[in-house]
Amino acid sequence: MTLVIKGGRLLCPERGTVEEGDVLCRDGLIEAVGPGVAAGAPAGAEVFDARGLLVVPGLIDMHVHLRDPGLEYKEDIVSGTRAAAAGGFTTVACMPNTSPVVDHAAMVSYIVGRARQVGVVNVLPIGAVTKGLAGKELAEIGDMSQAGIVGISDDGQPVWNGELMRTALQYSSMYGIPVIAHSEDRHLAEEGQMHYGAWSAVLGLRGIPAVAEAAMIARDCMLVELTGGRLHVAHVSTELSLSVIAWARARGIAVTCEVTPHHLTLTDEEVARTGYDTSTKVNPPLRGPADVEAMRKGLREGFIEAIGSDHAPHSRDDKDVEYNFAANGVIGLETTVPVLLTEIVGKGHADLVTVVRAMTLGPARILGLERKGRLAAGMDADLAILDLDHPWRIDPAAFKSKSRNTPFAGWEVRGLAAATVVAGRVVWRDGQICV
Amino acid sequence: MGAQTKAQIMDKEGIRRALFRIAHEIIERNQGVEELTLVGIRRRGVPLARRLQAIIREIEQAEVPLGILDITLYRDDLTTRMDQPLVRSTEVPFPLRGKKVVLVDDVLYTGRTVRAALDALMDLGRPQCIQLAVLVDRGHRELPIRADYVGKNVPTARREIISVRLEETDGEDAVVIEQLEPDAEVS
Amino acid sequence: MLLGTRDILSLREMSRDDMALILDTAESLREIIYRPIKKVPTLRGKTVVTFFHEASTRTRTSFELAAKYMSADTVSLSASTSALVKGESLKDTALTLEAMGSDCIIMRHGVSGSCHYLARMVDAPVINAGDGMHEHPTQGLLDMFTIRRHKGSLEGLRVVLVGDSLHSRVARSNIWGLSKFGAEVSLAGPATLLPEGMGAIGVKSFARVEDALPGADVVMVLRLQRERQGKGLLPSLREYARLYCINGRRLALAKPDALLMHPGPMNRGIEIGTDVADGPQSLITEQVTNGVAVRMAILYLLLGGASE
Repeated sequence: MTLVIKGGRLLCPERGTVEEGDVLCRDGLIEAVGPGVAAGAPAGAEVFDARGLLVVPGLIDMHVHLRDPGLEYKEDIVSGTRAAAAGGFTTVACMPNTSPVVDHAAMVSYIVGRARQVGVVNVLPIGAVTKGLAGKELAEIGDMSQAGIVGISDDGQPVWNGELMRTALQYSSMYGIPVIAHSEDRHLAEEGQMHYGAWSAVLGLRGIPAVAEAAMIARDCMLVELTGGRLHVAHVSTELSLSVIAWARARGIAVTCEVTPHHLTLTDEEVARTGYDTSTKVNPPLRGPADVEAMRKGLREGFIEAIGSDHAPHSRDDKDVEYNFAANGVIGLETTVPVLLTEIVGKGHADLVTVVRAMTLGPARILGLERKGRLAAGMDADLAILDLDHPWRIDPAAFKSKSRNTPFAGWEVRGLAAATVVAGRVVWRDGQICV
Repeated sequence: MGAQTKAQIMDKEGIRRALFRIAHEIIERNQGVEELTLVGIRRRGVPLARRLQAIIREIEQAEVPLGILDITLYRDDLTTRMDQPLVRSTEVPFPLRGKKVVLVDDVLYTGRTVRAALDALMDLGRPQCIQLAVLVDRGHRELPIRADYVGKNVPTARREIISVRLEETDGEDAVVIEQLEPDAEVS
Repeated sequence: MLLGTRDILSLREMSRDDMALILDTAESLREIIYRPIKKVPTLRGKTVVTFFHEASTRTRTSFELAAKYMSADTVSLSASTSALVKGESLKDTALTLEAMGSDCIIMRHGVSGSCHYLARMVDAPVINAGDGMHEHPTQGLLDMFTIRRHKGSLEGLRVVLVGDSLHSRVARSNIWGLSKFGAEVSLAGPATLLPEGMGAIGVKSFARVEDALPGADVVMVLRLQRERQGKGLLPSLREYARLYCINGRRLALAKPDALLMHPGPMNRGIEIGTDVADGPQSLITEQVTNGVAVRMAILYLLLGGASE
């Protein structure tokens, strides 16, 4: 099976270049990349005319909640992978806080098998750190690793017990997978509804201070130094956290981090502006302007290696309640590309190559995906073909996701995924899933 | 709303004479000022009541108590208006029980304002009787209400507006009749 | 005159013009409370629902009297009697109330922002009778009304709020309302009970109440929720009373003609001394009366016209 992407502008995140050229895909792999390679395509090959479009390696969202199994009313592998494809993502890493929890190999196999059966993009499970996410005993990390997990995380909860985190870092280092930390001091964050600051004071909502995140990151960084494990900080959100990570890196500690599109674009004022709309409720919370600026700078300078959407689908009933009772989380698969192109690239906070790198090469390296994230011969033939100019308005009703919980509803944006290619097959094109 | 002046029907002197006559009629009808009180309906009933009070003082050397009534809360057209009228205070600083109350207003038209004023007065106490004094009666009653004292009867058409101007509120004393512009709505 | 808002949710979001209209209207209506027959027919046929998720005697009673004095029918629902105890959501209860023809919903709720949420769901005007730690706008307005009656104007007045302003919706509404009329608001209380970032809106904070009181025209004492001690924000009520209780000695630090206020219910001997609570500077019972007048004004302005 051969697919030729012809006449696009090819963005190579590794070299940081954008140049005209073709991509030749055969049997699920990229065979050749560059000007004129389309000429080498066999007769009868499928040709995709990419003139005027940007061709990038398939986007990787390393932080997604597919809610399957157990919470299928929010999302499932069918809808979640379609949402991913519609957003230009060819690979998603899914968090283990399903029901039951992904804390043993059978659950991993279920997800991998189900995704192969009904999914339209690559699904890479992340296993739990502790059984049932209970923070008591280690999950079967070795077994899950052999079944295909790419990392472990108790996402949604911190690993509260320092000794257990130490053990997890040690144990996971045997398999070369990162511990993905949801960094939060539970006491400091208790009953917190939003960022602690002037807006929480004005709105009378209990605030979660920046230190609740940064303090746990500091502990975990020191544990990495002690154990030699690998730490990835999920959804970093405060300037203080970045300072802690910089300090750790200066000591030679192996720590990576990711930022979400909403922490790059929205501040805590959004809670007031929307009159307590629960689409602004997320953990970590939307932070202050200085924090958002720090996230942009961190991304721009490559300090933050990855963008993860923390796609957290919730049904209307989970969100259509009083603010304190609403579930935390926003969805991101179908808004990440347009929001970042419009608000981050479009407004000069970071350049296009840097943003694409943080959605391709960055997460591929963190998760150890050797055949993903680059536009080169021998890589998996996963591609996103972006239209950078298309103006549109974000309409949650049109989402492929089952959920609608986005703070970006109604935003006027520019740019989208014109097509998505997974393993050499076009799975999304012209606003349609095509499988 | 567009309206143009058609004719002046009372001037300063005319208003003075009318009030003077009404004051005499009030005293005569009530056989003096015993238990008499004046209550002006906001807004132009209030200066008119004050003037009547002054004239009575001159004639009888007696001070008749004066009250002010805001009938906004008693209007029957509140829910059909797009804009709430500003409520002003009602000031009736004396008990009404057993009093002879003369309600004072500038123009008697449909009778709805007087109806509201009667309800408001009843809520404040139980007077011996209530009489009504108006500067102008222009007809077109919608309720069974009539004035006891009238400065001037002015037959009008519905499309006409009677505008009472008083020095205290408008800088001049005059009663004029205005014609609504053809395209203006009848209020 | 028409209010620029259709819901009374917070004084932060309310314009100065709207607040002035409410205060002026309340001034006109206050007289009705003193009539032998306390009833005007203005809101005949209108139904006002008080929907309280938290226990409250004075605010609910005040609203109900205000509605009754204006001839509205009142229905009261509390969390313990409503379907909420059967697990019905706020959303469904609210939609039900509206479907039954409520013309106005007055809600108290423990969660900040709940009245905003309610207002988005229903067409009827919503009045916030206190939402979590956020605001209690009608209390703020009645406090402003009370101060204005005694001082003539709010402009330039120095108002000190003493106590737990961190958790106080009364404090927040007063801060916004008073500030918009040019009063200078300060907060005094233990550091653990002072909100963040108030300096940005021109509000000074004092950890020593003695530092805040000199020059004060108004001393507003906030209720201390006894459970704050359990949360570890205070070492003990005894220590709080020793350091922050407004008694004669401390009140004497304010201007000689300073007004003393408290939104009630009072913890005598904890945040306020009986000597001053019942003393000549205290306006605490007048606040209650004025609350009815302010709420009558709000109901009139929201429901008195414009039903089409």
